[in-house]
Amino acid sequence: MNPPELKYTKEHEWARIEGNVATIGVTHFAQDSLGDVVYIDVPAAGAEVKQFAKFGEIESVKAVSDLFAPLGGRVAAVNEEAKKTPELVNKDPYGKGWLIKLELSDQSQLKHLMDAAAYTKLTASGH
Amino acid sequence: MTAQTTIAGALDRRLLMDRSVPGRVALTLPASDVPLQAAPSADLLRKGLDLPEISQLDMVRYFTNLSQLNFSIDTNFYPLGSCTMKYNPKINDEVASLPGFRDIHPNQPDEQVQGALRVMFELQHALGEITGLPGVSLAPLAGAQGEYAGLLIARAYHESRGDSARTVAIIPDSAHGTNPASAAMAGLEVVTVPSNAQGGVDVDALRKLADNRTAVFMLTLPSTLGLFEMNILEITKIIHDAGGLVYADGANLNALLGIVKIGELGFDICHSNLHKTFSTPHGGGGPGAGPVMVAARLAEFLPEPVVVREPAAAKSSLSATSHHGDAEPVEAHHGAKPYAFAYRLSRPPKSTGKISGFHGSFSILVRAYTYIRSMGRDGLRSAAENAIINANYIQAGLKDKYALAVDRYCMHETVLSAKRQHARGAAALDVAKRLLDYGIHAPTMYFPMIVEQALMVEPTESESKETLDNFIQVMRQIDDEIDRDPALLHDAPHDLPVSRMDEATAARKPYLRWQKSG
Repeated sequence: MNPPELKYTKEHEWARIEGNVATIGVTHFAQDSLGDVVYIDVPAAGAEVKQFAKFGEIESVKAVSDLFAPLGGRVAAVNEEAKKTPELVNKDPYGKGWLIKLELSDQSQLKHLMDAAAYTKLTASGH
Repeated sequence: MTAQTTIAGALDRRLLMDRSVPGRVALTLPASDVPLQAAPSADLLRKGLDLPEISQLDMVRYFTNLSQLNFSIDTNFYPLGSCTMKYNPKINDEVASLPGFRDIHPNQPDEQVQGALRVMFELQHALGEITGLPGVSLAPLAGAQGEYAGLLIARAYHESRGDSARTVAIIPDSAHGTNPASAAMAGLEVVTVPSNAQGGVDVDALRKLADNRTAVFMLTLPSTLGLFEMNILEITKIIHDAGGLVYADGANLNALLGIVKIGELGFDICHSNLHKTFSTPHGGGGPGAGPVMVAARLAEFLPEPVVVREPAAAKSSLSATSHHGDAEPVEAHHGAKPYAFAYRLSRPPKSTGKISGFHGSFSILVRAYTYIRSMGRDGLRSAAENAIINANYIQAGLKDKYALAVDRYCMHETVLSAKRQHARGAAALDVAKRLLDYGIHAPTMYFPMIVEQALMVEPTESESKETLDNFIQVMRQIDDEIDRDPALLHDAPHDLPVSRMDEATAARKPYLRWQKSG
């Protein structure tokens, strides 16, 4: 269920690394816990984000939750489709429901992220 | 299909605007007896202003039918956790409707409204006594505004001591969302402290967070998990030793009435939601009220107005208004002796200022005062005790079917987790919606957020054993339905005028304004 090629945080974000660019989204577990997503607030292209710092908010019918950046860098692109139709996050969290793309500032930060096996284990324990 | 469905089906669902017929009026005005004035030039007039044109009877039927769709404490069991949906005794409304309360104006001078001010003064005193925090302002209009008022007091206190680096509010992860929101609005930085496995504050984590930047620690007591904080004395000491103040979110005060004074536990500031603990109406039933109570040393910062009694004048006014046959009639004061006025509105010396217009929600204050006086000290304690017994009765009757957030005796509410039900295909939302079919209001869902599939149940002291038994039986039956006929839950409610709401589309594509069809 959690794609093996991605990296994960304990706050339920994922990152897909392609060269020096990381695509960021929230996990299946996150969208399932949140319920229907109704609003996404992420910074515009050009903004700087720090690893594990809050970079935006995601609102569902249940609650508003903070989004934490798996990696640090500069926002290269924002998924305007997902902002307009937030249900993409529920329907396709690892695909069309991605949130932002980051130009990474420091590849070595990758070592602080979990692989799919570790993340799956974390969510199986109920967190 | 039940009879209820048939009746609801027969109900004319059209909006008021859709019933409009051009030229129809609700009232025929008499001929004008003043000269007609020319209308302003046409470009100043708003065009396309849609107003309903409808007869008086059709309008009365429209609103009366809507009012009969209300789900209320007067019609149904309403175990909405954290909201204390207790019965609102009718005597509260009767007293608030007395002409002397109902027909006064907030701009009348103090000497014309001594009775109203006396009610406010005595309510201040009662709330000070109940909480053990004697400085009271009745001005805040809701719980969250009470929080905000309390946090402004905390800031003003630190600043008055030249301690202006204290800008952090520490708040548990189980807190009501209003706590961090109020703190942010008061200009404080919010830092979260985690909960421990027993549902209390992680004391070691708190000790690490408390320092010379701590302005205030906000704690709900009992907690939002419905649990008493076992380490409360240690917690208030940690914060005081660090130089901070401790704020009590009084949303759950109903569990403590007459049993514990929160001031004696070390809290410095608290608010109380009169519409919860003191039986005044919620929401559409009337405005709220969230008085703020503080320790004596903080009273000078209270928001204005505060009602004070002039010590010298107290005797004379009381003898004229409050005692029985042998009291000197008011008329006797006419002539030589000047009338003495006991109560007046005042501004505390270092007041954080006004937080609401005039005196706060005055008619709500009268209702809370009536409740406190009609219950008395022993009655209030008994209310708290019965609220606690009722919640534990429900918890004991359901814990084999529904998981508990924390398996401990609870206070006035119990937090269940529908995680076993979720694993079998029905979420907390489905259980809650199915309850509506049984004529029971849904519990609070998905809060506190640290509990998976939370269902927060607060029966209050008002309910009989039969009502609690029925609720337990219905909850057990719903649990059975998950395996027998899950659609009963997924499509619920079935028997109400409106079936399952599409909350996601309502939030994504809100339809906020009436538009002419066709």
